[in-house]
Amino acid sequence: MTIKDHDESGIPHTTPRQSATFTNDVNSDIRRAAATGIYDIRGGGAKRKVPNFDDLLFLGASISRYPLEGYREKCETKVTLGTRFAKKPIELDIPITIAGMSFGALSGPAKEALGRGADAAGTSTTTGDGGMTPEERGHSSKLVYQYLPSRYGMNPDDLRKADAIEIVVGQGAKPGGGGMLLGQKISDRVAEMRNLPKGIDQRSSCRHPDWTGPDDLEIKILELREITNWLVPIYVKVAGARPYYDTTLAIKSGADVVVLDGMQGGTAATQDVFIEHVGQPTLAIIRPAVQALQDLGMHRKVQLIISGGIRSGADVAKAMALGADAVAIGTAALIALGDNDPKWESEYNELGTTTGAYDDWHEGRDPAGITTQDPELMARFDPVEGGRRLRNYLKVLTLEAQTIARACGKNHLHNLEPEDLCALTVEAAAMAGVPLSGTNWIPGQGGY
Amino acid sequence: MQTIDMAKVDLREVNSTLHAQKDDTNQTSWEIVNPKGSHAIAVGLDAPIEVTVRGSTGYYCGGMNKQATINVEGSVGPGAAENMMSGAIIVEGDASQYAGATGHGGLLVIKGNASSRCGISMKGIDIVVHGDIGHMSAFMAQSGNLVVCGDAGDALGDSCYEARLFVRGSVKSLGADCEKKEMRPEHLEILKDLLERASSDAKPEEFNRYGSARNLYNFDVDNAGAY
Repeated sequence: MTIKDHDESGIPHTTPRQSATFTNDVNSDIRRAAATGIYDIRGGGAKRKVPNFDDLLFLGASISRYPLEGYREKCETKVTLGTRFAKKPIELDIPITIAGMSFGALSGPAKEALGRGADAAGTSTTTGDGGMTPEERGHSSKLVYQYLPSRYGMNPDDLRKADAIEIVVGQGAKPGGGGMLLGQKISDRVAEMRNLPKGIDQRSSCRHPDWTGPDDLEIKILELREITNWLVPIYVKVAGARPYYDTTLAIKSGADVVVLDGMQGGTAATQDVFIEHVGQPTLAIIRPAVQALQDLGMHRKVQLIISGGIRSGADVAKAMALGADAVAIGTAALIALGDNDPKWESEYNELGTTTGAYDDWHEGRDPAGITTQDPELMARFDPVEGGRRLRNYLKVLTLEAQTIARACGKNHLHNLEPEDLCALTVEAAAMAGVPLSGTNWIPGQGGY
Repeated sequence: MQTIDMAKVDLREVNSTLHAQKDDTNQTSWEIVNPKGSHAIAVGLDAPIEVTVRGSTGYYCGGMNKQATINVEGSVGPGAAENMMSGAIIVEGDASQYAGATGHGGLLVIKGNASSRCGISMKGIDIVVHGDIGHMSAFMAQSGNLVVCGDAGDALGDSCYEARLFVRGSVKSLGADCEKKEMRPEHLEILKDLLERASSDAKPEEFNRYGSARNLYNFDVDNAGAY
């Protein structure tokens, strides 16, 4: 329809102006809320634009430092996690791990594919709320077992089968929030693993049932070490909301590894308002956490894993240059498996969405057969092919990170450092603690 | 009886010695002396042995127990019998917070009183408390039986699922979605068995049963005020 640009007497209309405050997106949120009376629940991480790794650049080599030959000189990628107390630390070929995602939120074949892909790439995968499945254990030579507030499926036998234990205090998508697996995803098997009736919503608590605070956490870690004979590393995963103090407290409580998850990190389901308005960008959480490690003399002794919006080898390299020992990926791994693939566009349209925007994972109707327990949808997903795709993706991330590291003259990804970086924006410079491009100015440092 | 003296050996040796006992061990009877309130005593056991702790303990006594029978001749700190799978833990004294938290099976007997959040998120364990229990007990309790021979504090059974809650005395208040329920013959049978196994002389007929009203099982915005 053509909008008339003048009225009947010839006086021009002003151009119809859309509000920057009440955008079409915002208005659709208001209309949905008015129609339903309930907040929006979705999966995934923050979709709003926040300062991120794209706001950083590597400087590469020059006269002051020389590069390594890309196809000849070695650039190591191995990382050992859990060197502080565990008798059997985890040795990974690459510093990119698979983040915890539950069986229940994901299908059994999807969990199997994560195990297959991680295994082929020489890295670890992680369980999630709901416990450990045989498929996952069987296809993951290095499996991290999450110890969550709900304790769904928690038992000492699986605990002892794990290669590491990750005590989950929080996640970046919802710091301070619990979870909910809606009834439509509760199959017989999921219900049995969680000791609850089929078809009812399963709430995951926001805090642990038998400890509160860092003093208790220290004793909880002691108990878990005693049960597992001090063999395996114990990670503590926290949302990157208060990174300096949480990292400090995790270290003082006895963690071998601290996992920090920024607000771009995904979740199976929670309120959209929570995902978009609580937490901090991943870019902003790394330096405070590294500062905490350094202040306690524990940098590189307690390892730091960063997650939340890692997509490329450049992101991996940037996180490591800022001081991380490794990264974890979740959403990117699902996309590698086939989540949000354009080949399902017509079915996404049927669900009222489009490729790239599908995030109603909690409803269990995923056309790609990944975030579902529906047998027909699950059958669309081939775990062998999915595993191959994930392996390829992990390989590319590693090659990309190595390419950048060599260009900066580094023979190990761990040798990347903040001095290899500059920032494109004042915000990113302040958050990452690196100079604004073209200047030697690091906002927030040096008294201004 | 084998004796482990915690005045002479550390916690690691206590637990590793007990972990070394297999299903066919002939060293089935153990005592731990001088526990001095230590945390994580006798955690992760997995053998049909009997362990008697002669004194009081700190946090997580008997955590994740399987098969073993653990007697505590004293009181226990927070999280006793947490995530127990099977076996039994009998506490002669009182229990601090979170007793039996997330327990999947077995029997926890507390002959004194239990503090707040007793049976929180229980997943199949049976708990018998001879005395009273504190507030928010059986919060999000999924399954199993909680038997209270005395009184219950505030918000009993808040947001509970299918766990059965039996209280002989008063209940200060019920939590969200918890209601008094009919005591049927099968419940009296369950109670009779549990009271006998817990060496309680209380009569099943003296108890009231509480459990989930199941109104909050599936999220409904009209129930938002109930949380």
